[in-house]
Amino acid sequence: MGPAFDAINVGDTLPPLALPPVSRTTLALFAGASGDHNPIHVDIDFARAAGMLDVFAHGMLSMAWLGRLLTNWAPQRNLREFSVRFNAMTHVGERIVCTGRVADKLERDGERLVRIALETANEAGEVKLSGEALVALP
Amino acid sequence: MIDRSCIGRTFPAHSADVEAGRLRLFAKATGETRPEYVDEDAARAAGHPGLPAPPTFAVTVFLDVPDPFAWLTELGVDLRQLLHAAQGFRYFAPIHAGDRLTFASRIGNVFQKKGGELTFVTRETEVTNQRGVRVADVRTTIVIRGG
Repeated sequence: MGPAFDAINVGDTLPPLALPPVSRTTLALFAGASGDHNPIHVDIDFARAAGMLDVFAHGMLSMAWLGRLLTNWAPQRNLREFSVRFNAMTHVGERIVCTGRVADKLERDGERLVRIALETANEAGEVKLSGEALVALP
Repeated sequence: MIDRSCIGRTFPAHSADVEAGRLRLFAKATGETRPEYVDEDAARAAGHPGLPAPPTFAVTVFLDVPDPFAWLTELGVDLRQLLHAAQGFRYFAPIHAGDRLTFASRIGNVFQKKGGELTFVTRETEVTNQRGVRVADVRTTIVIRGG
């Protein structure tokens, strides 16, 4: 059923989600699954013509991973808002870890909410995505 | 060319279906293996009328048109200069397999940074389902390098 509002404190962390290294197969699958067919994520010739050394991961793949982090922690029906900024490209071969930390507890429209600060980062700690979510807790 | 005169421009609403097979492929591509997201019986046992769409899936349904980047290429944007800058969702009601979603969107903002080297464009989309229920608001911000 997910965590209870009264049992959660600012500073608490969500169980992290560690992903396997980003593979080209994953990028091909996500292109088809997500409907984002921009060749810059799957076609190295196109990527090089655009001045990149290689293809790179769709930002929305990382956001989907953050979605898994959140819905592993609390039921999806409790999710009210979810937003990210794409700070840096996620490259093939990188091992991404998704983390979340309770940044605030608040009440809005009679509903008790927690604000979760979100990040994805590679093994060197370079932050790729940062964002936040509002989750209603019973 | 995209500039601030584009703010407020609306796009014709379009509709697309939330398909169970597509949800399973999305789960596979994102490493999601929990039964409630890939198995209809498990989803119903968890209280859903069908497979639930994960939190970012509305964007995928939104892109389910012949050329999802047409609105940008029509404005003269070269896809090689395009990056996704930010993405946000507000949720009002769940989305499930079998739903048909309608997307009504407009350009919410256009602004420049780094002396015009970077142009940011925000597209705001209201998503409703086949019962006319507003299910989500989606905000997509893209950045065009080289103005």
